[in-house]
Amino acid sequence: MLLVKDLHAEIDGKEILRGVNLEVKPGEVHAVMGPNGSGKSTLSMVLAGNPAYTVTSGEVTFRGKNLLDMTPDVRSHEGLFLGFQYPVEIPGVSMVNFMRAAVNAKRKYFGEPPMGATDFLKLMREKRAIVELDNKLASRSVNEGFSGGEKKRNEIFQMAVLEPKLSILDETDSGLDVDALRIVAEGVNKLRTPENSAIVITHYQRLLDYIKPDVIHVLYKGRIVYTGGPELALEIEKKGYDWIKVEVDAQDALKGEA
Amino acid sequence: MGALDQYIDLWQEHGSLIDSNAPEALNRRRPDAASSLIENGLPDQKDENYRYTDFEKILSPDYGVNVGRVKMAVNPSETFRCDVPMLSTSLFLVVNDAFAETADCRKMLPEGVEVMSLAAYARKNPEFISEHYGKLADMANPIVALNTLFCQDGVVVRVKKGIKVEPTIQIVNIFKNSAALLSARRVLIVMEDDSEAKVLFCDHTQTQGIDFCSVQVVEVFAGKGSRLDFYDLEESTLNTSRLSSLWLSQEEGSEVLLDSMTLYNGVTRNEFYTKFCGRHARLKMLGMGIEDDSRKLDTYSRISHDEPECNTDELFKYVVDDNAVGAFAGLIYVAEGAVKTEAFQSNRNLVGSATAVMHSKPQLEIYNDDVKCSHGTAIGQLDEKQLFYMMTRGISEEQARLMLKQAFMSDVIDGISLPPLRDRLKIMVERRFAGEKAACASCPVSCNDSFQ
Repeated sequence: MLLVKDLHAEIDGKEILRGVNLEVKPGEVHAVMGPNGSGKSTLSMVLAGNPAYTVTSGEVTFRGKNLLDMTPDVRSHEGLFLGFQYPVEIPGVSMVNFMRAAVNAKRKYFGEPPMGATDFLKLMREKRAIVELDNKLASRSVNEGFSGGEKKRNEIFQMAVLEPKLSILDETDSGLDVDALRIVAEGVNKLRTPENSAIVITHYQRLLDYIKPDVIHVLYKGRIVYTGGPELALEIEKKGYDWIKVEVDAQDALKGEA
Repeated sequence: MGALDQYIDLWQEHGSLIDSNAPEALNRRRPDAASSLIENGLPDQKDENYRYTDFEKILSPDYGVNVGRVKMAVNPSETFRCDVPMLSTSLFLVVNDAFAETADCRKMLPEGVEVMSLAAYARKNPEFISEHYGKLADMANPIVALNTLFCQDGVVVRVKKGIKVEPTIQIVNIFKNSAALLSARRVLIVMEDDSEAKVLFCDHTQTQGIDFCSVQVVEVFAGKGSRLDFYDLEESTLNTSRLSSLWLSQEEGSEVLLDSMTLYNGVTRNEFYTKFCGRHARLKMLGMGIEDDSRKLDTYSRISHDEPECNTDELFKYVVDDNAVGAFAGLIYVAEGAVKTEAFQSNRNLVGSATAVMHSKPQLEIYNDDVKCSHGTAIGQLDEKQLFYMMTRGISEEQARLMLKQAFMSDVIDGISLPPLRDRLKIMVERRFAGEKAACASCPVSCNDSFQ
């Protein structure tokens, strides 16, 4: 599904990712954890193609194709989805028009005609139900005036509509109360299939109680420094990141001496 | 020899021909207009209020003026059909500056509403024209003086006391000629006390590749308690220059919406001079300019609050691209006695290229303490975060930019009180941003090509 090799990336001349290696196979759910400032959000932005970030070296292969060659819209068509940590408000663009543009852009990419109005409304209704998103939000501008919970549910709703092969969920749990977290997590689980994969970026174990990951990675100083099974999340929850930091810093110090 | 001389010469040589083809009420004002032009000349770009419009350049081509009133052979009722769904308009046509009577244009209008040729009205009711013509427009203004010097016809809209007009009065101005032409069209709108009407003006240039210059003056009298929505839409060509000066006076309790929309143009200067003559009057001004290529749009507004407890809400938005130039200068003047004035002015602009230029000058002049006023301006680019967000959902960059520009104009469009016009305009703006040519098909009035 996704193969990341020695990925380096910077923003405004500052290197944030310093050699990320990651492989996600079809059907797998990976969690990426790590202390603040370790590069988790940068990794998601780089994978989605945010032009503010520059990839300085490394390779990313997505379903056999070079991901880094694609513009963000093509990445989306090819099956990549990014659930934003901070969904962007777009005043003046209604949710309906936004989703119609997204759905039809994908259809155009695959040489299909635009979706008819009835089918489109049916699709919207069906997908809204997955995250219990209020119908009223459809006529409102994208994310404008949405509560924190509504914004995150709206992200999962969009994911449901676009049916990605790989979803990257960047701190989808942040800012959510327990009920909203459950709805969002259940939404994600409903969309799971044996073929599609997900990368869940989170600070906390809490989300992983709902979305069971197969693999957990710890990102620190722009690299994946630790990879383990689901039990790793519990260990981090209990002990924090310090023990990993100490270990990595010590190794770095040794390398520096060598 | 300056550009103005050819017009003064024309008047001096053909003054009697102009007069013989126009009513006395219009002729009477010409000598004053000539004196004003001779005395003041054309505005200098060093003058702060005229910095971004080069009158000299606009008026220098050898435009013809149809002083002999040669008629254009048209049968408008055959060639025009209103295309706005559910907008039941009462359609009138003005070719260059001549009012063209159509067979069924009055059908939908109730008693007490008069829409007709200015020249014809001046012959029918000279006292009425004398009472209103040139009463608001200041002859020291160069557009007013030039218009008055050559004005032979135009439009009168008179809504009598207490009359409420349901259908929109739509007036389509067509430029059509085989050679460069200057037209001095005059519009008089008189809303008597407690009357209500919606008036939509559409400016079109039908003949491509010919230079046109419109020197237009609009005088609007809003009587006590009257309500007027005035929409002015320009869809002309790069070869068209437009100098337009609108003068509005509002009596007590009147409510006026002035909406100026420039979708396609060449070089345009739109001026608005408004004043309140009674309490509790409200003015809403909306403006939209979509400028690309080498188009220029210069808006000047002076809103004068001389009476207490009046309200102004002004919003102008521009999108400038390519080598286009946009300018907005707006002054809200609040006099000493105009207490409890509420006046808000906002000018927001998107600049889409490194070579496009936007000038903005919002101004407030307040001479008493008991007011609520604000003004603001912003010039910026499309939000990169919004663009990226849309692209991650599969929307192409081009489409995303288009949607964001459209969204930028949404609050101006939403201010339109006529739902069918609002919906139609949404589509027109969308097509405009998508780069479709100024086809008449994209306009509320589907001007048929066979008209050419």
